[in-house]
Amino acid sequence: MSMQKLTKNVVLLLCVIFAGCLLTSSWVQAASTYKIGGIFAVTGPASFLGDPEKKSMEMAVKSINDRGGIDGHLLETVIYDTEADPTKGVMAVNKLINKDKVLAIIGPSTTPTTLAVINFVERAQMPLISCAAGIQITQPVKQWVFKTAQSDVLAVASLYSHLQEVGIRKIGILTVSNAFGESGKHQLEAQAGAYDIEIARAESFGAKDTDMTAQLTKIRKTDPQAVICWGTNPGPAVVAKNVEQLKMKMPLYMSHGVASPKFIELAGDSAEGICLPSGKILVAGLLPANDLQKEVLTQYIEQFESRYDGKVSGFGGYAFDAVNILAKAMKGSGGDREMIRAAIEKMGNHVGVSGIFNFSATEHNGLGPDAFVVVKIKNSTWELLR
Amino acid sequence: MLLRWGKNNIAFMVLFFVVVAIGIWIENQYYLQVLTFIGINSLLALGLNMLMGYAGQISLGHAAFYGLGAYTSAILSVHYNVNPWLALIGAVLTASLIAFIIGIPTLKLSGYYLGMGTLGFGMVVHVLFREWSTLTGGASGFVGIPPLELGPISFLSVRNYFYLVWLIMLANMVICRRLIDSRIGRALRSIHDSEHAAEAVGVDTANLKLMIFVFSAAMSAVAGFLYAHFVSFISPGSFTFLASVRMVTMVVIGGMASIWGALLGASLLTLLPEWLHAFADYEMVVYGAVLMIVMILLPQGLTRGLTEIYERSRK
Amino acid sequence: MQELLQYLFSGITNGAIYAVIAVGFSMLYSSTELINFAHGEFVMLGALTLVTLWGGLHLPLALAFILTVGIVSGAGFIFERFAVRTVKKPDHIVLVIITVGASIFLRGIGMLIWGKDAYSVPAFSGHQPLDICGATLLPQSIWIMAIVGIMVFGLYYFFSRTLTGKAMRACAISKRAAWITGIPTGKMVLLAFMMSTGMGGVAGAMIAPITMSSYDMGTILGLKGFCAAMLGGIGSLWGAVIGGFLLGIAEAMGVGLISSSLKDAIAFVLLLAILYVRPGGIVNARDVQRF
Repeated sequence: MSMQKLTKNVVLLLCVIFAGCLLTSSWVQAASTYKIGGIFAVTGPASFLGDPEKKSMEMAVKSINDRGGIDGHLLETVIYDTEADPTKGVMAVNKLINKDKVLAIIGPSTTPTTLAVINFVERAQMPLISCAAGIQITQPVKQWVFKTAQSDVLAVASLYSHLQEVGIRKIGILTVSNAFGESGKHQLEAQAGAYDIEIARAESFGAKDTDMTAQLTKIRKTDPQAVICWGTNPGPAVVAKNVEQLKMKMPLYMSHGVASPKFIELAGDSAEGICLPSGKILVAGLLPANDLQKEVLTQYIEQFESRYDGKVSGFGGYAFDAVNILAKAMKGSGGDREMIRAAIEKMGNHVGVSGIFNFSATEHNGLGPDAFVVVKIKNSTWELLR
Repeated sequence: MLLRWGKNNIAFMVLFFVVVAIGIWIENQYYLQVLTFIGINSLLALGLNMLMGYAGQISLGHAAFYGLGAYTSAILSVHYNVNPWLALIGAVLTASLIAFIIGIPTLKLSGYYLGMGTLGFGMVVHVLFREWSTLTGGASGFVGIPPLELGPISFLSVRNYFYLVWLIMLANMVICRRLIDSRIGRALRSIHDSEHAAEAVGVDTANLKLMIFVFSAAMSAVAGFLYAHFVSFISPGSFTFLASVRMVTMVVIGGMASIWGALLGASLLTLLPEWLHAFADYEMVVYGAVLMIVMILLPQGLTRGLTEIYERSRK
Repeated sequence: MQELLQYLFSGITNGAIYAVIAVGFSMLYSSTELINFAHGEFVMLGALTLVTLWGGLHLPLALAFILTVGIVSGAGFIFERFAVRTVKKPDHIVLVIITVGASIFLRGIGMLIWGKDAYSVPAFSGHQPLDICGATLLPQSIWIMAIVGIMVFGLYYFFSRTLTGKAMRACAISKRAAWITGIPTGKMVLLAFMMSTGMGGVAGAMIAPITMSSYDMGTILGLKGFCAAMLGGIGSLWGAVIGGFLLGIAEAMGVGLISSSLKDAIAFVLLLAILYVRPGGIVNARDVQRF
């Protein structure tokens, strides 16, 4: 095989590849639609977040379009899958900014992916409304980055104040070894002092581990009054089963990561009696009639469950709220990104699924402690505690 | 011999001009960014190809060196305020040192055992990235990695970074070509064909294997440095076993023992997910199927396989 | 003292899971010298198929179990026919990449069929834990250990007493020589694949009540099972069992006595140690193709 032939072939191949890139360009954009982008972890380890988020976004956009769109412009969505991989997230964001030329981006679903894309959206001056929970996304505040998911700061605060109320002083914590669990652990340790709580033992487990009895045994040795498990399905379900197996009598608390009917399904009988902080969506039916969020919640649940299979969880709500906030901000902006950004910043009292949003120049998450309630699992369903 | 050298140089010159042309003519940032990632991945594939294709050693944990380069540079430039270019030297030295230490016992193994050893090493390093959170930021990742600049040139823009990555890649391609055509290269290829025979004629196989292992680790570290300062955020999730597998796939599909094969494999595997976006939920199935089909039909990789088809069709 | 016993039981639970996966790995290697990186995905198929047949369609357990094994073996049949048999140049590295591609493919299929959620099935004989000297053990773990025992003894009998088994051993020693004596080597390789994937299916079905089954459960389980097989000595069935339990117990002890954050590293550090010191594994199976 001579060098010349090889070179010719390779260069030819490179040209073919390059042409392939060009050919997959999008259609010429119709002047009358507003394009918005979405990047979610639809497949991969965070698909329990990305899948409902994608569906909620599509659902929200459809109802906006059914009502005539925004200022007469219909919304067009371009959604990419990040598989919870920060590199893919960066490439997807770049595609949305430079190829699809969207007006704003909703997502990503996870904190590491969001942190990876922040610099790119800031440089491109593209409004981003993330659905990820990490506090570092909006603190310190970045001009173009907002988020709709409640921070774990609020979740921990809500849980701790409940513990304080029932007089629990000494706990053991068990966290999952990924970004969510790590951030939760950080918050649990940082806020413990403020609520007079001592963490006697902190253990961790892998997201796909099959048995946590060793870690639980270590925690039990310190004789805590309660155990907090901070993770996302399916690990905490295994923990719940292990706790029952080890005949540990002290109360078990979970994080909002398992605030979904799936957790009850996975843990079965061992879910009975577990308490956790959650968005109001799980107990929408139990809320008093004068609760500000009740109407929005009931509507969202009805829409989602009639359009898609399966019961609703709080995660899809992040994207739903993001789309509605964006739609509100786009009114009257004529497609100008700076005006959209400024409009989001000025938005107050937006009643959403995840809470009531009040944005400002220094607050790009907009949620307060009222975003969380503490719920208890009783008879395989949710019961409102506070 | 001189003629071969000449033809190789022509190929490199062509690539150089293609890179410059792309940099000048392409306006769209998206394409530039994709091509930059292709460049970084090509660097990874090239280093691994030297090890797997020419020296015949399997490594299933090479993402560890990629990560070591990225994290070392990040830690040095953020925690210790070192100039990023000096951090690059630190990254390469760290990866090389660790490759040297690990290589000595691991390269004594052969075949599957070597693959397993490198796999184990890769997993241990990944756990370290994830759990040593005071140094690496843990599972939540490492933010705030500074952008690169060289005097008046800022590499903040994608176009400039594209040039940087591809110039480094070209330089490495030239180095590798020189290496392959030298005495060392011939000795390496003899090890690939038959280690025992090579030993019989006096080739110092143990040292050579170690040398090429360290060399490929160094190249991966450079790629890691380039990645870290491009995205300015790294997390352990980018350096898992699956990342190592992706690197091996790039080498094998592109064609082993082929510098251009590394380029081809990296291009294809970076672009494939972009093309498969349209398939949404079917993406994983299609990706796996494509891998299998290419390996079943063209086991020597695309470079050899396609050129063979081309040759056969001309007859 | 009571804690140590609980760590031991935790180790035995995980160890049984690793052992049952490792046996399938080793069995295939001993018959064909091939490492199947997609083995973890066959385990996943077994688990999810049982979830559908027993948990979803409510077929009787025994029937669901047998059907599951049959279906997964069938998948192994298709895999061998299309992905392994047709390879033009069966180099080690080519086959490794094919099995890697297969694992991604199967994971994608799993996601399409069963979605992205996790599933849970009840234990085979109730989930009342057994209380032994103050530490508890799930009855499902006992089931898994029993199955491992049955599999290993069954394979031992198969390889040493039956004609087919001996023929398979002959193929492993030298394909050409076996072919000359009239043994249908192609069929033997196919049978080996079906048996290995079938055992993966059994493993999946047994562990489904303990773990939460999802389309991506196969990756880490496959890797750990693989470590277990290498620890014990790849190709040796006893080695797979010993390696599995050793790995499980080492992990549990590491978590209990040292720290839970390094649990994943333990498996691979052990792997490295055994490779450097004694690559043949505990039973030193380097030159011995099977047990």
